[in-house]
Amino acid sequence: MKPSERMKIERQAMPEQEAAARAANFCEVNQGYACSSASTEAERCLQCKDAKCVRGCPVGVNIPAFIDAVAHDDLSKAADILFGDNVLPGVTGRVCPQETQCEELCVRAKKGSSVGVGHLERFVADWAREHRKDLFEPPPPTGKKVAVVGSGPSGLTCAGELSKRGHAVTVFEALHTPGGVLMYGIPEFRLPNAIVEAEIETLKARGVEIITDVVIGQTYTIPDLMEEEGFDAVFIANGAGLPVFQGIPGEHLKGVYSANEFLTRVNLMGAYQFGATDTPVIPAREVLVVGGGNTAMDSVRTAKRLGANPATLVYRRSREEMPARAEEIKHAEEEGVAFKLLNNPIEILGDDEGWVRAVKCIKMELGQPDDSGRRRPVPIEGSEFEIPCNVFIEAIGTKANPLLTQTTPGLEVNKWGYIEIDETNMTSIPGVFAGGDIVRGAATVILAMGDGKNTSASIHHFLINGGVALANEDIEEAVPIS
Amino acid sequence: MFHIRKAEWLAPKVRRMEVDAPRVARRHLPGHFVIVRVREHGERVPLTIASSDHETGLITLVVQVVGATTELMCNLEVGEALLNVVGPLGKPTEIDDFGHAILVGGGVGTAVIYPQAEALKRAGNKVTAIIGGRSKEYVIFERELSQFCDAICPCTDDGSYGHHGFVTEQLKDLLEADKSIGAVLTAGPVPMMSAIADVTKPFGVLTVVSLNPIMVDGTGMCGGCRVTVGGEMKFACVDGPEFDAHAVDFKELANRLATYHDQERIAWDRLGHGSNCQLDKQAQCKGRHLEAEAASQSE
Ligand SMILES: Cc1cc2nc3c(=O)[nH]c(=O)nc-3n(C[C@H](O)[C@H](O)[C@H](O)COP(=O)(O)OP(=O)(O)OC[C@H]3O[C@@H](n4cnc5c(N)ncnc54)[C@H](O)[C@@H]3O)c2cc1C
Ligand SMILES: Cc1cc2nc3c(=O)[nH]c(=O)nc-3n(C[C@H](O)[C@H](O)[C@H](O)COP(=O)(O)OP(=O)(O)OC[C@H]3O[C@@H](n4cnc5c(N)ncnc54)[C@H](O)[C@@H]3O)c2cc1C
Ligand code: SF4
Ligand code: SF4
Ligand code: FES
Repeated sequence: MKPSERMKIERQAMPEQEAAARAANFCEVNQGYACSSASTEAERCLQCKDAKCVRGCPVGVNIPAFIDAVAHDDLSKAADILFGDNVLPGVTGRVCPQETQCEELCVRAKKGSSVGVGHLERFVADWAREHRKDLFEPPPPTGKKVAVVGSGPSGLTCAGELSKRGHAVTVFEALHTPGGVLMYGIPEFRLPNAIVEAEIETLKARGVEIITDVVIGQTYTIPDLMEEEGFDAVFIANGAGLPVFQGIPGEHLKGVYSANEFLTRVNLMGAYQFGATDTPVIPAREVLVVGGGNTAMDSVRTAKRLGANPATLVYRRSREEMPARAEEIKHAEEEGVAFKLLNNPIEILGDDEGWVRAVKCIKMELGQPDDSGRRRPVPIEGSEFEIPCNVFIEAIGTKANPLLTQTTPGLEVNKWGYIEIDETNMTSIPGVFAGGDIVRGAATVILAMGDGKNTSASIHHFLINGGVALANEDIEEAVPIS
Repeated sequence: MFHIRKAEWLAPKVRRMEVDAPRVARRHLPGHFVIVRVREHGERVPLTIASSDHETGLITLVVQVVGATTELMCNLEVGEALLNVVGPLGKPTEIDDFGHAILVGGGVGTAVIYPQAEALKRAGNKVTAIIGGRSKEYVIFERELSQFCDAICPCTDDGSYGHHGFVTEQLKDLLEADKSIGAVLTAGPVPMMSAIADVTKPFGVLTVVSLNPIMVDGTGMCGGCRVTVGGEMKFACVDGPEFDAHAVDFKELANRLATYHDQERIAWDRLGHGSNCQLDKQAQCKGRHLEAEAASQSE
């Protein structure tokens, strides 16, 4: 097909569950491409020689190559290419902020819309889950042992890549289920747990051992792992973790949740099916969520699905400043979530029995830009008003969980508690590396995976070079991360 | 899977279980707890480690049936297993030579003070335990505690054993009689711990309580276990569970513990206890609603 013909093809829309229906269930919103739309979408790719899109991908997926295989209906080949670069494509295809990663740099984005890289990735991963059980041949073992702390996207990626190189990898996970935020945070209707479980099964089949119910820092310390358990290197990817509360009066009331607790109860513990499961969540009648990121959007859409009417989001800036993915904001609006922008909660009001009854908010206006370059929201004096609710969810961010860092002597952290690393991704302790949210602060799935992949290359060199790590820029197979 | 190697009833609705959890046993110190999940789709519940054996890899849990999950757990027999056991969690008790240390245990709280008694004795303290129960059969761990305690004062609400009355009365008498008391450590129901804090306050004695808020992950991730101590928000699973009793807001803790009362009754009913339970009409109706919903969702 000639480029001019390719340019004429319009971007294939992702089929979605209709808004009113999906606002009442937990099934996935996006339904995935049919085979015909996938090959049509694949034909839109210009197969650029210097494919800019790849530079936008932190794990360096060979985008034109896998898309070309889709265009030629060779899904098996597409799967080999895709899984070769990315151990969790079913996840990234669903939750990567593609519009600011690969798709932003796609040449076609300049004139019209980019190629639907994420949608195609999801298509191939879903196909492979059904049709390819034989994706990997374990290489001969090297005899080296690596421990990974945390089974979020960063830890899983590092583990998968190290096992491709023949190292024996054990992932230790604090919770009873691996997956990190993918399992406990991101809801079923965006990323079904079954998809995460299947991709984890693939990693296990490749030889990655996952041990749940182990909290590093409590069950074992990092020195235990190195000195007693015989690991040659450790990768710390325990995520950001600790929820931040606003520090306003009334946060102790019944009905106040952190987004982490609310989402964990619903997603990980299955509270949306209470009765069939044992963990409760407070019945959602009128729910208010504060925040503007993915976590806030996920909380308010979850509340909607639990029957909240209204399910309202308050955010102190305007829509332009919302950090959530564009698609999530759009989906939330379609589902009937009420947005109260330029408002900030200042007090939570309780009833006689200690339950939340309303949240007092103050109206905001945008002033001068602050350090982040965004215009600073300033309260408008005398504009206080109350929003009634029985559940109030705070989704205003997380900070570093000190549990592990406090029990690891010699591990250097910055002033916010995030782990310091050098250009080889090694921490202040030789042989101990770190990546993902515990290094960056709350970021994204794909950046966490990029860290996992790059660190796997550093660790590999550390293991085979007798304890000398290489900087990523000196490692051929490492992916430059912007 | 974490197998149960030994199980016995210590008192009505109080069961002692020895569970195979070598990784936990290896690092257990007094004050630590575990989080247990009994079955698939089950709740995560925190339980104190009453004792552990590094050699055999067994940990001992003492569980009181108060609701659905603890009932399911106590119904398990030797040879059966818990699905998940994670730990040891929390900060260990700060052990020191306080001179004379008093331990006050109410109900299953007595299991919490047991490992503390051993550690305090080793650290050179004179150790007295005051242990309370509703009646004689509810007074547990007396024999075990006697290994490490210089004196034990059992108390029962009905006077069927030991002192007739509350543990606080005994505590007050001791504090008045003995000026060498350097610390009071306590675990039990919230009203008891709160009353103990009130008793010790005028004496200015260091008083440490082991709090029992509702927990989910136990790693600092959810914030559900938050308690107010000295006006500050603390996460009991990582900052505690032990805190300075004089700084704890007990009223707030008691309020938060009641968050899921309606749902807990529903869960209890589902185990077939409907008729024994004083359910109000509203909760019953909600129960059916949720069941129907669950059924339609699982279809
Ligand atoms: C609700 C929500 C929605 C999000 N939506 C998106 C999205 O749409 N797209 C996107 O790109 N990003 C999204 N993010 C951000 C993204 O999920 C995170 O940036 C990413 O998961 C970080 O990965 P990680 O591997 O560093 O850590 P995590 O995913 O946090 O995983 C850390 C793991 O380590 C475990 N752990 C912690 N401490 C210990 C310990 N001491 N010992 C053993 N195990 C431990 C934890 O239990 C957890 O399983 C979202 C985040 C949230 C909370
Ligand atoms: C650090 C800590 C140590 C504990 N040690 C012991 C112990 O050694 N032995 C023992 O019998 N009990 C202990 N508990 C209390 C025990 O966790 C609860 O009794 C148990 O969770 C109740 O679950 P259920 O489903 O049987 O009852 P439910 O019907 O769910 O609840 C009954 C009551 O237990 C409390 N509760 C419910 N869910 C939780 C939860 N997830 N976490 C904490 N409390 C909850 C609530 O106040 C509730 O009203 C401890 C709690 C904490 C926080
Ligand atoms: S992993 Fe994410 S950034 Fe990379 S190609 Fe896939 S969707 Fe794009
Ligand atoms: S930049 Fe766009 S068109 Fe070019 S190879 Fe990448 S996806 Fe295809
Ligand atoms: S139990 Fe979740 S933070 Fe303590």
